[in-house]
Amino acid sequence: MIFNFFRNTAGAVREINQKYAKPHIEMTRGVRFSLGGLRFYLVLLVGIMVYKFITLLH
Amino acid sequence: MNILSKFYYRYRKILKTIRLYLIIAGPGIIVMVADNDAGGITTYTATGAQYSFHLIWFLILLGPVAYYVQEMTVRLGAVTKRGHAEAIFHSFGAFWGWFSLLDLVFLDWLTMITEFIGMTAAMSIFGVPPIVTVIVGWILMGTMVLQGRYWTWEKAALVFCGLNLIYIPAALMINPPVDKILHGSFIPHLPPGGFTNALFFLLMANIGTTIAPWMIFFQQSAVVDKGMQEKDMLWGKIDTAVGSFLTVVVAAGCVVLTATLLPGQMINDAATAAFRFLPINRYVGALLAIGLFDAGFLGAICISLASSWAFGEVFGWAHSLNHKVKEAPWFYAYYFFDLLLAGTVVLIPRAPLVLITLFVQVIAVTLLPAALVFLILLLNNEETMGEYKNTLFQNVANVGIVVMIIIISTLYGISAIFPKILGG
Repeated sequence: MIFNFFRNTAGAVREINQKYAKPHIEMTRGVRFSLGGLRFYLVLLVGIMVYKFITLLH
Repeated sequence: MNILSKFYYRYRKILKTIRLYLIIAGPGIIVMVADNDAGGITTYTATGAQYSFHLIWFLILLGPVAYYVQEMTVRLGAVTKRGHAEAIFHSFGAFWGWFSLLDLVFLDWLTMITEFIGMTAAMSIFGVPPIVTVIVGWILMGTMVLQGRYWTWEKAALVFCGLNLIYIPAALMINPPVDKILHGSFIPHLPPGGFTNALFFLLMANIGTTIAPWMIFFQQSAVVDKGMQEKDMLWGKIDTAVGSFLTVVVAAGCVVLTATLLPGQMINDAATAAFRFLPINRYVGALLAIGLFDAGFLGAICISLASSWAFGEVFGWAHSLNHKVKEAPWFYAYYFFDLLLAGTVVLIPRAPLVLITLFVQVIAVTLLPAALVFLILLLNNEETMGEYKNTLFQNVANVGIVVMIIIISTLYGISAIFPKILGG
């Protein structure tokens, strides 16, 4: 049952990836790079926060 | 006779306008009032206790900021008829879509835990054990959605929004110093002691409680689920403006309460404030506790719905409150799964609840710019938005808000890790 759930979910994710494979808003390379940079930066900040949280717990 | 008929005509027109507003009102007021959630109330009470009336002007400034962000979701939802998650997938593709969805799920789940923390802490003042509060909360939250009509859910949520205004009569009951409130509200200034690390933390927390990613997803999906059309957009904007006004008034009410009754005290959470009010004025203490439960409850139902709507949109499940459970099983299953998971965490013995609340606020502020950037890009797409795309002024205002939040969240992050860096 659990195996079926994960298999179905993986199938659904593949379908979604295909459905939205082509973006409808064209982004220039600069915009994509900026978005990627911002995303990386924010994830890094969140990573630092998580590290801080864990160290505070101990 | 002529004057009488004119008067009657005007009266009918006003009545019709109010009736129309009441039909369309909902998403804006609910999202804004729910924004004053358990974490928000905690932040406001701490602000008042530590800095008296000196920061009310800052809360007033945050009202228009929240309005400008949320108003964009009204336009986007009414024009595209898509929820925010679906709009991101459709416009930017699966890669960015998954990022946004995972952000939302992660943040929503964390924020929901803080809502349950607030609810259980509030009810513990009345001697109710946490497990009872959590179970009763689950039952109430389930009852609200299981009747299968968006309209009924919305009106029930509006009743809880009305209860959130309890802080206003509570603030009036204690005869606060009006001159100090007016000074703190309309003359921007820093509190005595200047710009310290502690002040910086509270300013950041206030921003974090005023705008949050879940609010963007929630309001846009609610606008779509309600079936709002382009012609209703003005009413949707008025609804959002009324909501942002109410959110500021409630926030100011909380600040006035603790600034008047608990000046100079360190408050870690709103339940502690309510507990300390009891010997001073038991009615005010009880009102604060009831308000805190209500704030957590409202926050939990809205945040859980925001996630369920987002998943439904992306996975193609039936995802409307107008559907019965049989018609939208996955939508409701996710809604309850979210609530069960968050409520269960609060019941874990010796869980670091205060630390979790602080941590969630930090993460929420940090991830906010990512959501805002997508929102602004979507609102600038002429092909989709047509005449409703952002004006130059709206872009300047919104980009300004994003830049401000990125700077502030960076400083917030740095000061969280290096507390002594700002001094104070």
